Amino acid sequence: MTAVEVDASPGTGGSAAAEAIHIENLHKRFGPLHVLKGVSLSARDGEVVAIIGGSGSGKSTLLRCINCLENPTSGIIRVNGEEIKLKPDGHGGSVPADRRQIERIRSRLGMVFQNFNLWSHMTLLENIIEVPIHVLGVPRDEAVATAEKLLARVGLAEKRDVYPSFMSGGQQQRGAIARALAIQPRVMLFDEPTSALDPELVGEVLRVIGDLAKEGRTMVLVTHEMKFARQVASHVVYLYNGLVEEEGPPEQLFGAPKSDRLKQFLRNIH
Amino acid sequence: MADTALIDGTRYQRALGWLQPHRIVLILIALAIVVYCIFALRWDWVPNYLGLAAQGIWRTIWLLVLSCAFGLALAIPLGFVQVTGPKILSVPALVFCTIIRGTPLLLQLWLLYFGLGALSAQYPWIRESFLWPILRQAWPYGLLALTLSYAGYEGEVMRGAFAGVPRGQLEAGRAFGMSRFTIFRRIWLKQALQRALPTLAGETILQLKATPLVATITMMEIYGVASRVRQETYIIYEPLLLLSLVYLTITGILVLLLRKLESRIPVRLG
Repeated sequence: MTAVEVDASPGTGGSAAAEAIHIENLHKRFGPLHVLKGVSLSARDGEVVAIIGGSGSGKSTLLRCINCLENPTSGIIRVNGEEIKLKPDGHGGSVPADRRQIERIRSRLGMVFQNFNLWSHMTLLENIIEVPIHVLGVPRDEAVATAEKLLARVGLAEKRDVYPSFMSGGQQQRGAIARALAIQPRVMLFDEPTSALDPELVGEVLRVIGDLAKEGRTMVLVTHEMKFARQVASHVVYLYNGLVEEEGPPEQLFGAPKSDRLKQFLRNIH
Repeated sequence: MADTALIDGTRYQRALGWLQPHRIVLILIALAIVVYCIFALRWDWVPNYLGLAAQGIWRTIWLLVLSCAFGLALAIPLGFVQVTGPKILSVPALVFCTIIRGTPLLLQLWLLYFGLGALSAQYPWIRESFLWPILRQAWPYGLLALTLSYAGYEGEVMRGAFAGVPRGQLEAGRAFGMSRFTIFRRIWLKQALQRALPTLAGETILQLKATPLVATITMMEIYGVASRVRQETYIIYEPLLLLSLVYLTITGILVLLLRKLESRIPVRLG
């Protein structure tokens, strides 16, 4: 395992960037509830894809299918060109066929949750070095050095030995972002990262995410912050009722929406 | 200098404040009782039984420590399978915990000693085995009964503790590619034990006070020693007084140790 280079930005690498995330005809059913009805989505290296949509539109489910936190009922998911092998689960759905494969793929996807989900029995520093040491096999001192750089970067250097429950929501979420960055993710996945925060704490988290976008990180972001999506996203997907209703560059989607539902949605948000 | 004087002053005042008339009276009454006990009761038998008593205390302590250690080792899987299944494991675990919790410990002890012990003596291959010198003694049955009892009660405690760990904590482990065993070892078990610790501490003290039951199957722990003093000297009250002092002291030490352990968890969980 080579040293983790925190400051290196995974650039777009030429004009024809490879596809980091590829989703094709994804279906997800929760019992009788048909949440995703054939969604396709693609994120190239260096791209920031924002998924927007009303509550119940399936946007979180879509994101959680990328790393199989939710098992898709059917469909194709490719991460960095590698298709996640699925097998029938015997109840009409599917589950990952190869546990090793899905664990390896997950360990390169930096997930940030709505509720932070920092491990409450570990200090912030321990949270950040946990996956590098116990999943990726990075030596401890190396993992700590990386973690300290990341903590400084998200502005939490002095919180390294603090337990999550003693930090504010905004600090916890910035810590969670540092934890996700520590695994040198190929893609960052954000599941409504500011929805559980007090309004005055949203800004500090968005600033950190915005910086990541600027340095060219590949990100898929489910968000309710339309202004933010418009600023950082290179591609916006509007989900309605389990289907992609409209997608395109942010200027087009927010500036000149074609779909009536999207127009309605944007009116209600603002 | 002035500061320390001030602190000493307040400490002195606090001590004075604590020493209120009713407390002084209570202390004097307690002292009077102790003095009365020393001079009015018979203690001349004590030197004759010192060796036996020390042995008895030692037996009580190792019986407590081993039965709690083995019991907890059993309780963890007993609680875990009741939360995760499969049914083929969770149902037997539930049945075991229910039976242990639903019958008196004395009964379990006698069933094991007079039942299992007598039964095993009927089979020549057991009697001839290298384990027979151990199996024909009383302590394996005492230890087994106490272990199973602790396992049954703590299995229930651990079931609740495992179930109480928030899903998000485990999901974060999955999202970063941890294997199921790593999630169990690094997150689930640790958080469950932290949650259960105050209850486990209380149950350990209860366990101490369950140990005298093994005197009924001829194990000479400290309660057994007190009984023997009564049988041999016809002195009834004094050994019992001393016995309660011994249990009180062990409990006090246990409480201190467990409190130290608890204070090492600075986390405000969930």
